[in-house]
Amino acid sequence: MSDTLTVHHEHPENASEFVANDSRAHWHDQSLWFVRSKRDKAASTLPEWEELRARASAIKQHAMSRLGDYLEEFERNAQKRGVTVHWARTPAEHNQIILDILEKHSAKKVVKSKSMLTEECHLNPFLERNGVEVVDTDLGEWIVQLLHQPPSHIVMPAIHIKREEIGELFHKHIGTDAGATDPPYLVNAARGELRRKFLNADVGITGVNFAIAETGGFVVCTNEGNADLGVSLPKVHIACMGIEKIIPRAADLGVFLRLLARSATGQPITTYSSHFHGPVEGGEMHIILVDNGRSDILGSPDFRRSLNCIRCGACMNTCPVYRRSGGHSYETTVPGPIGSILAPSRDAKTHKSLPFACSLCGSCSDVCPVKIDLHTQLLTWRKEIFIRGLLPWKKRIGMKFGRILFANTWMFTTAGRIGRWLVPKLPRFMVYNSLNPWGKQRELPPMPKQSFRQLYQQRKPK
Amino acid sequence: MPRVGLFIPCYVDQLYPQVAMATLELLERYGCEVDFPAAQTCCGQPMANTGCVTEAKPLAEKFLAIFKDYDYVVCPSGSCTAMVTHHYEELLHGQPGFEELRKKTFELCEFLVDVLKVGKVEGRFPYKVGLHNSCHGLRELRLGSSSEMMVERFNKAGQLLSGLEGIELVPLKRPDECCGFGGTFAVAEEAVSCMMGLDRIHDHEQAGADVMTAGDMSCLMHMYGLITRQKKPLQVMHVAEILAGRQPAKEIATTQPAAVVSR
Repeated sequence: MSDTLTVHHEHPENASEFVANDSRAHWHDQSLWFVRSKRDKAASTLPEWEELRARASAIKQHAMSRLGDYLEEFERNAQKRGVTVHWARTPAEHNQIILDILEKHSAKKVVKSKSMLTEECHLNPFLERNGVEVVDTDLGEWIVQLLHQPPSHIVMPAIHIKREEIGELFHKHIGTDAGATDPPYLVNAARGELRRKFLNADVGITGVNFAIAETGGFVVCTNEGNADLGVSLPKVHIACMGIEKIIPRAADLGVFLRLLARSATGQPITTYSSHFHGPVEGGEMHIILVDNGRSDILGSPDFRRSLNCIRCGACMNTCPVYRRSGGHSYETTVPGPIGSILAPSRDAKTHKSLPFACSLCGSCSDVCPVKIDLHTQLLTWRKEIFIRGLLPWKKRIGMKFGRILFANTWMFTTAGRIGRWLVPKLPRFMVYNSLNPWGKQRELPPMPKQSFRQLYQQRKPK
Repeated sequence: MPRVGLFIPCYVDQLYPQVAMATLELLERYGCEVDFPAAQTCCGQPMANTGCVTEAKPLAEKFLAIFKDYDYVVCPSGSCTAMVTHHYEELLHGQPGFEELRKKTFELCEFLVDVLKVGKVEGRFPYKVGLHNSCHGLRELRLGSSSEMMVERFNKAGQLLSGLEGIELVPLKRPDECCGFGGTFAVAEEAVSCMMGLDRIHDHEQAGADVMTAGDMSCLMHMYGLITRQKKPLQVMHVAEILAGRQPAKEIATTQPAAVVSR
């Protein structure tokens, strides 16, 4: 599952492996449901919640409809503040820009606060290959970094790891007491270790939650203050953002900040909402605007609204499939419902099973703070996969057969009659075997002697 | 007297005739002239949900031809109703009669509450009932408020059921989580699907339900399959059966304390 992983598995395969550990799968489900419940409580305290969602959606859709203009406005205003703005079409360009900046400053040590974009670009392994030490300073990200794993959730990267496992990991890497699982103790140990990294860093990298076209400033939301510290000590700050992070005005920020943390973790606001408006005295600030397929999504009316996403993770917390299959089962940087829309946009063939890793329950669409029609887009992706000829042949043949059967009323009723007569007569092993995934854990319904249409015919005369 | 075309999901016609019969009786009880057009088969949802739009289209066209002349089309399934009202658009856009069909097609509880203005349903059902909110009915048809949305709480099936004498609707820990049926999802993602189903069942058990009901027989077919394999006492009944006055198939001691269950 790391960057070097080349073999891709279909989602059902990964998911059944996750489910096989029943107690862990239930622990994972309950941990995330707890966050969803906190979100419900937080959202319910605002009578204007649905109004806020509608407004956020409208602002984002407007911003996306004039994305080019707003990005250029942002660039101009950021430059006026002394910021260097870079444009990257691909992850490779993004990574190279960063490496060039680091080389200019002979920088060898980098501290990085949480940024899903740098995960998407696989920045860490790239920098490490070029002799740079990168430390993820968000506690969850640091934990998965030490484990050589990708994050399994975009807001809580280490949500799949148990406290005992963290204790063991810290014992091995930073010498905490063997068997220690006390959260304050472990957090303090991590704090001490990360503090050294902060003090010695040459460059700080952050993500961007919101970039404001009108001011050229941007906002980074964290709960640990690690973004602030990471860019306050080193003199060089590099901020990496996907081009969809733009919002038109500073006044729009209030709408999003009220929605983001409530949707993500049920907090009224993140502990730190750090506003950046240019470099520190004697320092440098760089912003890298990354496309990486986003303008292709913008060009597609069906999927454009997926660019509304503010990466709160609420769709993951609510998704009954995500909660029971874990973030790694998706084999993408962004997992869950939104990830299952974004990943096929980049590579439909590799990620063709993801739009089907969904029961179409629609909970994600109702929970989304920016009203992305997630489950509808997942359904649209299924159609795309069929049209592009990527649907597995079994499903294709099955559906063709179904259409032929259902198009002819006589064939349908005859098949039903034969099935209802035959199934109860068959020995159990002929019904319940490896060819029948329904019957692995489930009984078939009892077969009635007569169908409704037969009963209806008999009833009609009276 | 409104002329209602009875739209019975294909698998309900073949496997759950008692649910269709209860629907028919209910509609007649409230003064409808009901006709079951025998040419109907399947609305095409399995094909559409798999992405096979070209396979779904002829079935949608067949459906339109069969049902276009009724005053109303009523179906005891939120999911199949949503196929017509929410997903036929891209298959039948602009075809004569489609817009009218879309507007006159209703899920059963929705039709009883919104069109027939049924208030209190006469009847007795002295049992503890867990109401499973099937997803498409809830989040596409809006037969109730979903727990995600911060809107005034309502539930059309719950409203009808609570009128019955003796019924106790038990509160669930997760009021509207998906059961994991999801059509082909049930077999394509068998492991997650069954885990979701068992979790739903467990929620109804911990709430002390004797009977689990839903507006969609597909969810109940999936959960019945799990319940039966695990030999659990919980019974399943479609909302239409309960409203039409049917009683649980297996006897339930009405003073039975809430079952204590552990995973």
